[in-house]
Amino acid sequence: MSLEDWLNRPPGEDLLAREKDNTAESELFFRRALVMLGIVLVAFLAVASRLVYLQILHHERFSTLSENNRVRLQPLPPTRGFIFDRNGVLLADNLASYHLEITREQVQNLDNTLAELRQRIELTDADIERFHKLSRRSPPYAGVPLRFRLTDEEIARLAIDLYRLPGVEIKADLTRRYPLESRGAHILGYVGRINEDELNRIDPGQYSGSTHIGKVGVESFYEDILRGRTGWQQVETNAEGRPLRILSRTPPVPGQHLYLTVDMRLQAVAEKVLGDHNGAIVALDPRNGEVLALASQPSYDPNPFVNGIDFASYRKLNTSKSRPLLNRALRGVYPPGSTIKPLMALAGLEYGVVNRHSGVYCPGFYRLPGSSHRFRDWKRGRHGSVDMDRAIAQSCDVYFYNLAFNLSIDRIHEFLDQFSFGRQTGIDLSGEKGGLLPSQDWKRRMHKHGWVAGDTLSVGIGQGYFLTTPLQLAHATAIIAQKGAVFKPRILLATEDPGTRIKTPEEPRSLPPVAVKNPRFWDTIIAGMIHVVEGGGTAYRIGIGAKYRIAGKTGTAQVFTLGQSERYNARNLPKHLLDHALFIAFAPADDPRIAVAVIAEHGGGGSKTAAPIARKVMDAWLLNKYDGISIAPEPAPDPDEDAHGTE
Amino acid sequence: MERNNDDGKLFKLIRLDMPLLLGLLALSGLGLIMLYSAGQQNMDLVLGQGLRLGLGFLIMLTLAQTPPRYFRLWSPWIYLSGIVLLLAVMVIGDVSKGAQRWLDLGVVRFQPSEIMKLAVPMMMGWFFAEKPLPPRWLHLLGGVLITAIPFVLIAEQPDLGTALVVGSSGGFALFLAGLSWMIMLGLAGLLGAVIPLFWTFVMHDYQRQRVLTFLNPESDPLGSGYHIIQSKIAIGSGGIYGRGWLNGTQSHLDFLPEGSTDFIFAAFSEEFGLVGACLLLTLYFFIIGRSLYMAARAPDTYARLLAGSLALIFFLYAFVNSGMVSGLLPVVGLPLPLFSYGGTSLVTIMAGFGILMSVYSHRRTPTR
Repeated sequence: MSLEDWLNRPPGEDLLAREKDNTAESELFFRRALVMLGIVLVAFLAVASRLVYLQILHHERFSTLSENNRVRLQPLPPTRGFIFDRNGVLLADNLASYHLEITREQVQNLDNTLAELRQRIELTDADIERFHKLSRRSPPYAGVPLRFRLTDEEIARLAIDLYRLPGVEIKADLTRRYPLESRGAHILGYVGRINEDELNRIDPGQYSGSTHIGKVGVESFYEDILRGRTGWQQVETNAEGRPLRILSRTPPVPGQHLYLTVDMRLQAVAEKVLGDHNGAIVALDPRNGEVLALASQPSYDPNPFVNGIDFASYRKLNTSKSRPLLNRALRGVYPPGSTIKPLMALAGLEYGVVNRHSGVYCPGFYRLPGSSHRFRDWKRGRHGSVDMDRAIAQSCDVYFYNLAFNLSIDRIHEFLDQFSFGRQTGIDLSGEKGGLLPSQDWKRRMHKHGWVAGDTLSVGIGQGYFLTTPLQLAHATAIIAQKGAVFKPRILLATEDPGTRIKTPEEPRSLPPVAVKNPRFWDTIIAGMIHVVEGGGTAYRIGIGAKYRIAGKTGTAQVFTLGQSERYNARNLPKHLLDHALFIAFAPADDPRIAVAVIAEHGGGGSKTAAPIARKVMDAWLLNKYDGISIAPEPAPDPDEDAHGTE
Repeated sequence: MERNNDDGKLFKLIRLDMPLLLGLLALSGLGLIMLYSAGQQNMDLVLGQGLRLGLGFLIMLTLAQTPPRYFRLWSPWIYLSGIVLLLAVMVIGDVSKGAQRWLDLGVVRFQPSEIMKLAVPMMMGWFFAEKPLPPRWLHLLGGVLITAIPFVLIAEQPDLGTALVVGSSGGFALFLAGLSWMIMLGLAGLLGAVIPLFWTFVMHDYQRQRVLTFLNPESDPLGSGYHIIQSKIAIGSGGIYGRGWLNGTQSHLDFLPEGSTDFIFAAFSEEFGLVGACLLLTLYFFIIGRSLYMAARAPDTYARLLAGSLALIFFLYAFVNSGMVSGLLPVVGLPLPLFSYGGTSLVTIMAGFGILMSVYSHRRTPTR
């Protein structure tokens, strides 16, 4: 017998079975299963004897240990910092509010109690439903909230009868409140209950005892500063776990107050002057990047989000055509249109493609060499002979078609990249979009076809694939105003310790400047922008009666493309197909203190709609003109009444 | 078609084994009662688990109707696709699990390693079905490979608990196939040599830590040892008769971590004492014994090996969990089957019982 055969010999048999023998194998299996059953028995007996060891022999010791397990660590959640505007106007605080709690264990008949309560205070079906849902998840001895934010009157009405309703209690807590409601809501954002995703992300120790977290806007970006640090106390409890006395205490560190760079008066002006237009206004101080106003219309009231907005209201906000929850200033992407022309001109000067005197004849259209396709000028007649100054002031498309063609997309991309186009400006608000600064590389990746000359022409007048956010436009305008100096846009002016009230100002964040070969290039394009407003340029109307010099540029972003022979006629178009109106400006031109970008969606033309809006914002800031403007809350528009839904 | 006996009443008709079914129902019912207490009387938790159990029983009922010859036919394909999925997980899988794996039991999530718990026993049965038993050297090598490949893939994820189950299931099949005692002795020796290598090269730090903490939990009372210490306190303070349902302080005051999932046995022992815990162990022993009996009555090698391995996997779960919770074995993230809250493994286990029922109830028609 070989070793192999021997090793494989079944116990009790002399010969290895060469053939399948079901009966023998069945018996073999039976024996083996019996052995296994024995092993199972031994294993369980081992566990059982371990239990005897723990539960009988050492029962006393473990009982004592269990009894001593009475020191519990209780979290002490910190108070959240307040938010103020640059002048100390309160934007967010914590309101002591009262809610109604029911401890089921102490209630004899829940339905009766609920009915009794219903007679005294308003209880919606949603309240009851939430109460039942939370009840299912908590033990009967724990209080479950039934109604939040009781009014003083409701508290008074309840208080008299509370003794007749065992198990019903009025409890106090702190609720985040935004007193200006929809005003500046896109900047502030809101806090809300911590959801499951966030639960996985946050440090559970820091958030134990906390129920809310900053969801969007400043509340989210500066969550760590606003929140403070959780404190802890060691409490001794009785055997049922009820606290008896505090053994030690590490107090919580309250969150810092924030002062924002925004001036709520200017913010109110910006929101007001947009009127019925959906759109955005961003106003920066070009000297340091401070955001003076950041409006996105329509806005919404953040207060209902704090304790969970009801589903119907949320759906209304979320599905509204005007999209009030979208922060257009940061996340709306639009073609820059003609507002990009001053920078194109600067690129032309920088790369030596043109000088300020080079002239182009504008017949009203442009044809690429060897092509019959006509790229039309916005003006149906012709601009005739134009130099750079006139091209900017009159917004001559043909001049910039020609310039873009001579620059080529690679150089356009390289130059505009310095102004944060196609990437985030890095503002201290979360969710900023980068827009799109197209390049040959990008098109090869995203589209089947490579870059064609026609694409370059479109980019040259701020159309085609080119997309920017209102914030990017304001940022670029501020860089022009500073003749190349770059400051990161920022919303945080200072933090304040709530205890000592010592303010710590934030420093402006300077970025590498945009350098050009000859600093006078800046003066050339700024002169062109001044002539937009006063030299009979496209926005000459807003120059009339201005008490300071404005440098600006109009823009009109196409929403849809006209056919080769079609004519754009605003009167025949439904509102949602009207062009977007854009305007960028800074003022005073010789000592800029404000840079503005305005986008009025479907506003028609930049000169007609957007420029007057920008003028009002600059007037307010530079001349301190806040007549008839109140920062008090205005009711957020009902999202159902879509101002632009009618056609 | 198979003949039904005259005494084959409803249970024969729906192809369920009454004693086993009663055992499983008793176990899951007891589990739900315990979960209500351990889960801080969270009714949502209990309803969720009830739903999951219902789904498990439905899967069992469905599989019980499926004649074993289909399982046999599908075995190699299920096994192969399982291996492919495991490789896919390796390349494009979600890295976020790792040591956190046993914390997110709340959601039923698909894990390819879960398939292998059934696929390895199926493949072993398929492989040895036509081979003479006890296995010869060459066949033995085949069997070892069938087990080792998924074992290594899962251990690399790393998911030590599942790797242990999958590896053991192959081992059980080999043992039941009649692996000679001499070889087992040799393997034991080999294992003794391999373990140091495994320790150094395969195991991750946190896994090593678990073993070290197991050897001396008091060495790290606030870190890794905390679970075991609190678990022992829970069990020990339960005494003979326990503190009574809903009266356990260890789990209710949050001293016992994972009290409704992996450590539910400790919460149970605290509230029902030695008497309750031994009753629970007896219930497990009954289910395992009945399953092994059903496997032994199966008509052919494929069915016997498959059913027997599945029964022993159930044993492995119950033993490793109760051993871990009572501090007899290291902390390996295996739930107490049909008792712990949540878990992908619940579905797998119930599928296993479905196969067992099918094998037993179809025994009048050989599977080949």
